[in-house]
Amino acid sequence: MNNDFETLSVVDLARHYGRRKALSQVNFTCGAGDIIGLLGPNGAGKSTLLNILATLISPSRGRVEYGNRTAAEGGAEVRGRIGMLGHDLFLYPELTARENLVFFAQLYGLPDVRAVAQASLARAGLADRGDDLVSGFSRGMRQRVALERALLHEPRLVLLDEPFTGLDQASTASLVARLRERQQAGCILVMATHDLDVADGLLSRAIYLKNGRLVGTDSDSHGLSERYRLAIQ
Amino acid sequence: MISDFFRVAWHVMRKDLTVEVRSKEVLLTTLFFAVSVVLVFSFAIVREGRAPDDVAAGILWVAVSFSGTLAMGRTFERERYNDTLRALLLAPSDRPAIYTGKLLGLLVLLALVEMVLVPLVGLLFNAPVLAFPGTLAALLVLGTVGFSAVGTLFAAMLVRVRSRDTLLPVLLYPITIPVMIAGVRGTAALFQETPDLPMAQFWIGLLIVWDAIFITLALWTFEPVMTE
Repeated sequence: MNNDFETLSVVDLARHYGRRKALSQVNFTCGAGDIIGLLGPNGAGKSTLLNILATLISPSRGRVEYGNRTAAEGGAEVRGRIGMLGHDLFLYPELTARENLVFFAQLYGLPDVRAVAQASLARAGLADRGDDLVSGFSRGMRQRVALERALLHEPRLVLLDEPFTGLDQASTASLVARLRERQQAGCILVMATHDLDVADGLLSRAIYLKNGRLVGTDSDSHGLSERYRLAIQ
Repeated sequence: MISDFFRVAWHVMRKDLTVEVRSKEVLLTTLFFAVSVVLVFSFAIVREGRAPDDVAAGILWVAVSFSGTLAMGRTFERERYNDTLRALLLAPSDRPAIYTGKLLGLLVLLALVEMVLVPLVGLLFNAPVLAFPGTLAALLVLGTVGFSAVGTLFAAMLVRVRSRDTLLPVLLYPITIPVMIAGVRGTAALFQETPDLPMAQFWIGLLIVWDAIFITLALWTFEPVMTE
């Protein structure tokens, strides 16, 4: 069976923590080349939804279909097609950038991990800083390494949690360019963000969440701030 | 499939040890704590070079279990700082391989601590640690594996819980009592004036059973515990 998938379907998804409903009745479908924005105030359920899409937590009800398989059916094969950039970057500060990339390349069972890590460092613009400890990097540099770590195995589904937080203009532009390049390569990108100015024009679809519920969705390419205000109010 | 499991476990263990070699944080803290425990007990208990019967075995295992608890809490704390546990769980391998790698890393650290503790206990409590080195090593290895197998699972479970430092020993010690009893009684059988080798071997047999139960349960429950 082919491990890859070209569509992602969220069907009647709900996640409860005791009596608190973090997500409720969320439905949407997206496909290769889509950049989906999960927008909403704090506590809207964006990170919970990303974690469910990443197979890191199980839904209380409903399902996520990666092509024609759920996470339970696909297991490690589905996980092997998912890359995630978390708000906390998922890097070991005690290791160098190269050691971090080599370690994760090994976990993914990639061939020639040294060459893969070197290519990732070059894409991050850090080829000459590869042997420096990550703890000595600026937020922007760590973010670039973290993004390349998430993309090491060329995942189909890329999940990003607040990817623009703490980045200067140049780093933001470079991140946007890299995401567009992945979009062109046929990735499905799902990002939770509060940075509407950067997301405006980047997203192919915006999904508005409030109190764990999907309150709106649209595919307009501009005027995101105004549409966000109308959807969330 | 099996080779993939051990490949991931190996890389996780090696990464943990590399981080530890850089920081030396867990090893030094654990070692300092374990040595302090043994020293304090020796000052309090040993009189004219003699300790009461069976005390040396008890103190050895108290030091191992207390310092082990300290180490297992810290190794998962590291995965929490930058949320790297989520990145590990995203890897396309059986998730219990992550658990196995963390457990192996912890066992290497505790083995280093025990290499210092055993001669120290022998010296301060006049315990015959070299009389049956193979049997004593088997007791220590099996006891540490059983204790760490449960502890690693609980430390992973509690990594996102605010009161994890309090909860870890509260959950860990009652469940690992059978391992501790077997370790202490088996070691005491070796340290007594006339060593009782069959009794030590009996406790080794029990430890093997407990280890098999604990490791099986931990491998079985790790994924649901981490994703529910």
